[in-house]
Amino acid sequence: MSASAGSLRRPAAARAGWTGRAAVAGAYAAAAAVLLLGAPALLSDFRLRLLTQFLCLAMVAVGIGLAWGRGGMLTLGQGLFFGLGAYIMAMHLQLSDAGPGGRPSFMVTGSGAPWWWELFRSPVAAVVGIVAVPGLLALLLGLSVFRRRVKGAYFAILSQASAAAFALLLVSQQNTIGGSNGLSSFRQFFGYALNDPVNRRLLFSITAGLLIAMVAVVHQLMRSRFGELLTAVRDGEERVRFLGYDPAVVKVVAYVVAAVFAAVGGAMFVPVVGIISPNNVGVVPSIGFLIGVAVGGRATLLGPVLGALAVSYAGSELSARYESVWIYLQGLLFIVVVAFLPGGLGSAFGALPRPGRGRTPVVGSDEPGPAPAAQDGPSLVNEPEPFGEPVPVRTGEVR
Amino acid sequence: MDAVLGQVYAGISLASVLLLIALGLTLTFGQMGVINMAHGEFLMAGAYTAFVTQQVFEAAGLSLLLALPLAFLVAGLLGVLLEVTLISRLYARPLDTLLVTWGVSLVLQQVARDVFGAPAVEVRAPSWLTGNVEVLGTPFTTGRLFIVVLALGSVTVLSLVLRSTALGRRIRAVVQSRGLAETSGVDSRRTDRLTFFIGSGLAGVAGVALTLIASTQPYMGSTYIVDAFLVVVAGGIGQIRGAVLAAFGLGLLQAAFAYSQSVSTAKVLLLVVVIAFLQVRPQGLFDVRTRSVV
Repeated sequence: MSASAGSLRRPAAARAGWTGRAAVAGAYAAAAAVLLLGAPALLSDFRLRLLTQFLCLAMVAVGIGLAWGRGGMLTLGQGLFFGLGAYIMAMHLQLSDAGPGGRPSFMVTGSGAPWWWELFRSPVAAVVGIVAVPGLLALLLGLSVFRRRVKGAYFAILSQASAAAFALLLVSQQNTIGGSNGLSSFRQFFGYALNDPVNRRLLFSITAGLLIAMVAVVHQLMRSRFGELLTAVRDGEERVRFLGYDPAVVKVVAYVVAAVFAAVGGAMFVPVVGIISPNNVGVVPSIGFLIGVAVGGRATLLGPVLGALAVSYAGSELSARYESVWIYLQGLLFIVVVAFLPGGLGSAFGALPRPGRGRTPVVGSDEPGPAPAAQDGPSLVNEPEPFGEPVPVRTGEVR
Repeated sequence: MDAVLGQVYAGISLASVLLLIALGLTLTFGQMGVINMAHGEFLMAGAYTAFVTQQVFEAAGLSLLLALPLAFLVAGLLGVLLEVTLISRLYARPLDTLLVTWGVSLVLQQVARDVFGAPAVEVRAPSWLTGNVEVLGTPFTTGRLFIVVLALGSVTVLSLVLRSTALGRRIRAVVQSRGLAETSGVDSRRTDRLTFFIGSGLAGVAGVALTLIASTQPYMGSTYIVDAFLVVVAGGIGQIRGAVLAAFGLGLLQAAFAYSQSVSTAKVLLLVVVIAFLQVRPQGLFDVRTRSVV
């Protein structure tokens, strides 16, 4: 699979030397400045709010790009982490709206908020919780799954089941977490009134800044030795193991980073959109996060961001007026892009090597050409291993 | 005591539904390493086949019995169509197949919505499947009993086919070692298609059975599919006995958890149990491959 070939190349900046690197960095900085300064100046309040919402979803996409595109871990359960971040933020906002000692208005029975609400009453605890709770859960899940070498489709299904179970759990807790209605109607964000247009622009700047920071983190990670290892684990986990590295550690790190990105995206989603409900975190939205990543190019730096923005925009334009058209389009995007353009829509225009031609030797790097064993089945996934071919059993029986 | 038995029956009936769905999944998963996310929609296609059959043949009993083979055929052909057009191109990329078939399932759901409408359609159960029978003094609905019988019957037939027919031998050979099977003259591509036909057809049969206990609507497949996947994962790839054990284990466990906790807590606990189980046996209950490194 040559999407992997594309990404095995070191990033352009690493190849081009110092001046080239400065130019690339300058280009990124210019793009970031345009986004940060241009969008609030040019867009109406309504459009800016939509864009902020899309940026939150793009954060999830950046994480998926790292875990799936670079690391080969197909996580179908990012809704779990997105939801954890979002609900922690929502709990904090409702508590701060209720004032000191108060409890959220939707709780009709009992007195005071449950203890696990009180944990996030202070702003600092909420911010720490948004990062730490999903991060620790991902660490725990990742360690238990990857250390036992559960991978490929097994991992995908487990992650999907975790998102499904989380959504079900939320629905069942009507009294303590709002059930299927979710949590909504927040008045202020860390003391700033949410209905003030100026504060909404502030919200946009925070979101855009966080997203840019995440892209920068992924960029640095992929330039580092860790990035090389992650790609190597994707393309040949056994070989990495035999070289003396522990693939589980590499995968867990990428998985935790992806989870934290998703959680931060969820946390910003809450004040921007004003509601979080189990509909935003279940199986369907969790897989929905992947479309943008696939469309933009899963193993590229900016592809997941651009893809997520484009798909979210198309969704918001189409789903209200032509709902069935949008669902067909979503389905077809999955089918066409993943099956025929695994490098993303960009690869259709020759930006990336075409799929199905085997691996080309990596230009400008000191890596050797492809090993013979990898040539007939190099893949983004670590399923077919060159080792451990099944043992033929009683072949005489076969006609 | 009655409450406990009632819960056990609920577990058995859930297990039978999961088993019917998981049988087809485990067959295609084992054969081709392909997770077919559209499997739930083949189930939905089977249920709508039962609905259409009932529009043609008024008698509920006759139409149910006719719908079983018809649904097998409809879902099976859908499966073959999917295999030939998309899945066969993606054998080297099993995870991508998962996403592509998810796209297919989105499209199929929307097609069902556009053709039959979003609200559930009514499939009448024949009179002999609407009553209760007393088992050990506790009522068990005949509809659910029918599903249990159907599930066990499907397992028996499938095991017999796999064990003692030429087709079954070919399927097992390809599962164990595709390369060696090909060298021995097995047309593995043809075997793939047949496997997909049978596996998807079983989903259609499950769909007909589900019309007895669940509403027939475009999203019915997604209700059970996640649990069915868990059954396949816990049972081990391509293992019928694994699927049987895992289906009954998970079904009864969920019933037991739901008895002491709420249904949703039961789901969470079930997931924890499966993850914990995979710590002990990452390859599931049973495993074809014996000498593999991973």
